[in-house]
Amino acid sequence: MVSLIYQISAGLIILSLLLTLFRLFKGPTVADRIVALDAMTIISISLIVLIAHIAQRIIYLDVAIVYGLVSFIGVVAFARYLERGL
Amino acid sequence: MEMIFALITLIGALFLFLGALGLVRMPDVYNRMQAGTKATTLGTILFSLGIGLANFGSGWCGKIVIIILFVIATNPVSSNVIARAAHFSGIKLAKLSLKDELKEDDEKTEGGTL
Amino acid sequence: MNSLIIIGLGVIMIAAAIFTIYQKSIVSAIISAGVISLLASVIYLILGSPDVAMTEASIGSALTTVVFLYALNRMRKEKKDDK
Repeated sequence: MVSLIYQISAGLIILSLLLTLFRLFKGPTVADRIVALDAMTIISISLIVLIAHIAQRIIYLDVAIVYGLVSFIGVVAFARYLERGL
Repeated sequence: MEMIFALITLIGALFLFLGALGLVRMPDVYNRMQAGTKATTLGTILFSLGIGLANFGSGWCGKIVIIILFVIATNPVSSNVIARAAHFSGIKLAKLSLKDELKEDDEKTEGGTL
Repeated sequence: MNSLIIIGLGVIMIAAAIFTIYQKSIVSAIISAGVISLLASVIYLILGSPDVAMTEASIGSALTTVVFLYALNRMRKEKKDDK
């Protein structure tokens, strides 16, 4: 029962990645695509935490911490480029 | 007890799905920014909390708390930066929206709010 | 379950790669290239190598994007100077 709930969570996460990918393709402006990239990174953090729980290895959580910092750097670089140039 | 933690995780995944759905359905960059950041922040917090409680102790909790703190600290800041950049690069609001306070402030101070 | 996650992520990666090729705007192409390396690092993690995943996330998703944007910005500035 518990493993079924985790499988449903993994399915929901893959589905939401597909929805954000739709916005990434369709988005009329560049800012829409940046928002989609940011949401995709945050969703991937949850997927990494779930994978760490399934494999029962603590070291996988370090990758999630790196993701949290990397998404911030990327979004700030894109936003500065959009506003006035890097 | 494990069941409750798994249900917390499921609620977090549901919030992530709702955030992605809002990203598709909203009419505007600013509304999409709201849906894509607030809902996913809450979803990630609940998801990590559920998994951190499911294997309590043995070094999991510290790293989960660090992940939650990073998400809380960086995600609202990045959404604010995106909204500012979109506004100052000249993207229009949706036709439904009633008021644009940043533009009014900008006109009042003659571009001094930058 | 792991193989199903890998299949889903692989479909998303292929779609993003095709989008990168056929996109006219350069900034959008840079964004979707970032998505590819982001999901590639998740697949490395599922296959059991967290160190490679960490390197891929920090270099492919942050450093490459910033370097691309820097070069694009320099090109834009030079074009403005020519006029």
